[in-house]
Amino acid sequence: MQPLELTAVDLVTAIRQGDISAVQVAEAFLNRIARADGAINAFLHVNRDAALTQAADIDARRKAGKPLGPLAGLPVAVKDALCTADQPTTCASKMLAGYRPPYDAHVVARLRQADAVLVGKTNMDEFAMGGSNENSAFGPVHNPWDLSRAPGGSSGGSAACVAADMAPVAIGSDTGGSIRQPAGLCGITGLKPTYGRVSRRGLVAFASSLDQIGPMARSAADAALIMETIAGHDPGDATSLTDEVPQYTSMLEKPLTGLRIGRVAEHFGPGLDPEVAHGVEEAFAAFKAAGATIHDVALPHAKYGIATYYIVAPCEASSNLARYDGAHYGHRAEPGKGHRAEPGKGHRAEPAAAFESPLVEMYCRSRAEGFGPEVKRRIMLGTYALSSGYYDAYYAKALRVRRLIRQDYLDAFGQVDLIGGPVSPTPAFPLGEKTNDPLAMYLVDMYTVGTNLAGIGGISFPCGFTKGGLPIGFQLQGPALSEPLLLRATDRYQRLTEWHRRRPQVTV
Amino acid sequence: MALSRQDVAKVGLLAKLALSGDDLDRMTGELSKIVGFVSQLEELDTAGVAPLAHPLDTQNVFRDDVPKPSLTTAEALQSAPRHDGSCFLVPAVLGESGAA
Repeated sequence: MQPLELTAVDLVTAIRQGDISAVQVAEAFLNRIARADGAINAFLHVNRDAALTQAADIDARRKAGKPLGPLAGLPVAVKDALCTADQPTTCASKMLAGYRPPYDAHVVARLRQADAVLVGKTNMDEFAMGGSNENSAFGPVHNPWDLSRAPGGSSGGSAACVAADMAPVAIGSDTGGSIRQPAGLCGITGLKPTYGRVSRRGLVAFASSLDQIGPMARSAADAALIMETIAGHDPGDATSLTDEVPQYTSMLEKPLTGLRIGRVAEHFGPGLDPEVAHGVEEAFAAFKAAGATIHDVALPHAKYGIATYYIVAPCEASSNLARYDGAHYGHRAEPGKGHRAEPGKGHRAEPAAAFESPLVEMYCRSRAEGFGPEVKRRIMLGTYALSSGYYDAYYAKALRVRRLIRQDYLDAFGQVDLIGGPVSPTPAFPLGEKTNDPLAMYLVDMYTVGTNLAGIGGISFPCGFTKGGLPIGFQLQGPALSEPLLLRATDRYQRLTEWHRRRPQVTV
Repeated sequence: MALSRQDVAKVGLLAKLALSGDDLDRMTGELSKIVGFVSQLEELDTAGVAPLAHPLDTQNVFRDDVPKPSLTTAEALQSAPRHDGSCFLVPAVLGESGAA
C-alpha cells in the first residue's frame, strides 16, 4: 500500500482498519517532503519528530482499543498564518521570524483533537498579502507543475505541498482568493467557506471582515472530511456562526439533476486566457451532462471588485498590523543603529525624520525592518485611505460598493443555485513576471475577491490542462452556508472526470 | 490621483514606518498608480446605499462572564524582545534618553 497515492478518506479508513500504521503514513509523507521540498520550498517548518511521536501514540492507542479521533493518523500541513504552540508561526515575515505563539489556533486545536498528524507549516505570501507566494520573506514556492512558475498565493505552500504529494491535505486561508487561486494554479481542490463557518481565532489577522480558513485537498470528498473537523462555532471568535455543522461527507451522494448553475458573461471578457476559457466552457458542458442546467446571470458590479477589495483589505490590514510594534513580540530594531538600508541598493541618506520620542523611533524602525515591500505598501495604502480628509472618498465609498456587490450575488442566487466560472484569468505565470507591477498582481484576484466581499462560499478545482501541461481551475460560488452543495457539485464533477487525479512529475 | 512625496512621508509617520529617501520615491509612484486605479469607484452613484463593513448582519455577541485563567506572565513575555521578568521594556516614551 503506497500512502502517497491514497486519498485522505482512504488513508483514514486504512489506518483505522490497521491496514497501514499511522507511523508508516507519517514516514511516507515526511520522506517525500525531505526528497521533494528542496525544489519546491512549500514548507517553512517540518515537524518531523513531533509528527512521528504523535503517529506512534495513535498506533498504540489503536492497538489498545482506545477511541481515536475522526482524522486519526492523517497528515495535515498548516499554513504558517495559523498559530501553533509547538511550532514557529511566522506568516512568512521577518517580523515574526522564530515567533512561538502561546496558544493554538482554534482550527489547529480541532485538528489535534481529531488526531490529525501535523507535519509542518507551509510557506505563503507575507501576512497572506499576494497572489504568487513571491512575497514570502523566506523565498518563493515553486509550482510543482513547472518549477519556473508561481504556485499562486497567498496559500502557495499549502497548494504546492498537496499537489506534490507532500501532504494529503492542507489548511489555507482566503481573504481575496488565497485558497482558491493557488488551488487552481496547482491543480488541486480548495474550499473557501462562508465567512464565519470556520473560527478565525488564532489565524494571524490580515483583513478581519474577509479572512476565512478552509481546506485544500486532492478532491472535494477529502475537503468535506476536513470541514467536518474544522467547521463550527467557537465562543472565542465572535463572528463564528452558530449554525449546526452538516455531515458534509454523507451529503455527496445526491445527483445534480435540476441544479441551476449561473454563467456570468463578464467572466469571459478581455484578459481571460483562451485556453482557460476553453477549459471552463468544457466544465460547464460536463455539468450539463451531469444533469445541471446553465443560465446566464449578471453581476453588474463585479468589475468594481478589485478596486473595492484593494481599499477595504488594506484599510483593515493597516489597523490589524498596528500590533507589530517591536515591544511585545516580533522584530525590534537595535537601538541607535537606525534604519539601515541594504548595502549596494543605492539608498541615500534622508534628513532624520523628527520622531516624537525614542519609543516612536523604535516602532518606526522595527516595522521598517520587519515588514517586506508589499506589506508596507498595503499598510501605507490603508493608512492613507483611512486618514483625515480621505476616509469618505475611499473607505466609506468602498463599503457602499461592497453592499452593491453583495446585493448582486443575492439577486443572482434568486435565479440559480451556484455560479460557475474561471478562478484566475491565466494559468500559473512565471516567477518574477509580475513582481515589479503591484497592480498587475492585484488583477489576478479579479474572479475571486467578490466571494470574500459578499461573505459567501466558493470552491475551485481542476477542469483541464493547457497544452503546456499547466492546470486550469474552475470556480463555483454559492450562497452563504452552501458548502454542502459546493462540495457535492464538485464531487459529482470529479466522479465524471479525471483531471483531479493527475499528478505533476517533480524531478527530485 | 497623484500623491506627493510629502503626502507619502506624512502617511509613513501615521503608519509608524521609517521610510528611506528611495522608499519615498518608489512608494510615491506606486501608491499614486494604485490610488488612481481604485478611484474608478467615483464613477458609481452610491447615493442612498448604506456602507457594508461586514458581510454578516452583525449584532453584539455576548457570552457568559465566566472567570478563567489568562496567560501567565511568563507566557505573555516569552516572545518579548526585551523584558525584566515582569514587564515589557521599551525605549523612553518621553524625552531623549533612557532607551531600554
